[in-house]
Amino acid sequence: MKKNLLLILFAVCIYTAHAQDGSLLSGLEDSTVTEKVTGAFKSTRVINAHSTEMLAKGNLDFRILHRFGFVSDGAKTFFGLDAATMRLAFDYGISNNVMIGIGRSTFRKEIDFFAKARILQQATGAKPMPFSLLVAGGYTIYTGENSVLTKPTLTDRSAYYIQTIIGRKFNSKFSLQLSPIFVHTNTPFNLTDDQSIFALGGGMRYKVSKRVALTLDYHHPFGELADNSTDPLSLGVDIETGGHVFQVHFSNATGMNERAYITQTTGNFFKGDMRLGFNLSRMFKIGKRR
Amino acid sequence: MKRLCMGLLMVLVCNASFAQTKLFTKTGSITFFSKTNVENITAKNNKVLSIWEPASGKIEFSVLMKGFEFEKALMQEHFNENYVESDKYPKAIFKGTVENSNSISLTINKNNTVNVSGALTMHGITNQINIPATITINNALVSASASFEVLLADYKIKIPSLVADNINKKIKISINIPLYKSL
Repeated sequence: MKKNLLLILFAVCIYTAHAQDGSLLSGLEDSTVTEKVTGAFKSTRVINAHSTEMLAKGNLDFRILHRFGFVSDGAKTFFGLDAATMRLAFDYGISNNVMIGIGRSTFRKEIDFFAKARILQQATGAKPMPFSLLVAGGYTIYTGENSVLTKPTLTDRSAYYIQTIIGRKFNSKFSLQLSPIFVHTNTPFNLTDDQSIFALGGGMRYKVSKRVALTLDYHHPFGELADNSTDPLSLGVDIETGGHVFQVHFSNATGMNERAYITQTTGNFFKGDMRLGFNLSRMFKIGKRR
Repeated sequence: MKRLCMGLLMVLVCNASFAQTKLFTKTGSITFFSKTNVENITAKNNKVLSIWEPASGKIEFSVLMKGFEFEKALMQEHFNENYVESDKYPKAIFKGTVENSNSISLTINKNNTVNVSGALTMHGITNQINIPATITINNALVSASASFEVLLADYKIKIPSLVADNINKKIKISINIPLYKSL
């Protein structure tokens, strides 16, 4: 009996020694690792709207944005290509979670500034986080001529916006975000427009290949806007080539800053009142990363 | 009863002796390097797990692909999104054997040149590799290093023609284990 017991013990001993044959590392791998989810969108903008993506610290993003005329204008304007407005912008990553930007649009000769901060980043692992949460705030000032006889003051020319962005990368292909935004324009272009407009926005992307993704960007403003104003809707394709991201899209919005595209979009997208546009992003690195 | 006690003791001794022979680290580093005329790309991961059992020679490495840090953030994003597809294949794993492992004395100060062979799994593809390595014993402290080259094509990592001049098809990988601690 005792011999048997000894044998069993011996067997247990051998067994425990061999139990780890499969993988020596099994059980030792860190269960405390939290992985941040990255690459929900290819760019810091879905098309017009801020996305859940941030610039990394020290990255400078030079953005050239074009919007042509309405395709529905037909052959006499070469389907809108005769007319173009643009916005030039520099965005810079102060830290991995804070970025700033400055842009200048031909539309109303408007200059815009913004800051964007990431509060929560989607993560998996030990401390999972189901979504990313960001806030963006901006200031715009138009410098173009105004029809009003009295010269508008600095305050008259100003507008402000604040936006939160809640987004989730559902899988490696599909990402979705909601971006409610509040825009306050001191003197709206149409004097009957509400000064304060709230809009609910949504954006998504679907990757069709490693370097090509389809994007959609939509906002619905609540409040009194001009009769001919419509909801800004953009459909696009993101094409990534090394340090560049090309965003080619159709949109009914002319404006490329928040005030402009939320409050001053006209044209019915589904009746052909859409314009070809592209955003070109070129990334430069300034200074060491860490 | 005496025998039972002895038996129990044997179990303990057995376990203890087996346990002692495993050397482990969580802070190994892997650096990879791509050199072309256009640009040099390098990335480093300092959280490499490795375990070595000198008696049997078994050795394993595990590394999270997302832990590789590049100087350019965009490169890091492309590495994870487009090349190694970290969401799909989060880890690279090596399981192999140190040849003549039991002949290495863990007490004599020496740079032991060894051969390590085994299976490297990366991007969902497993290949057998055979690489020279150095296991250094210095005052009973164990460290190790190795460097070798992998062909991206062997792991089905495709480089688009547009950036073909920027990325070498052969990537140099350096492994450094500053200190193996007994587990």
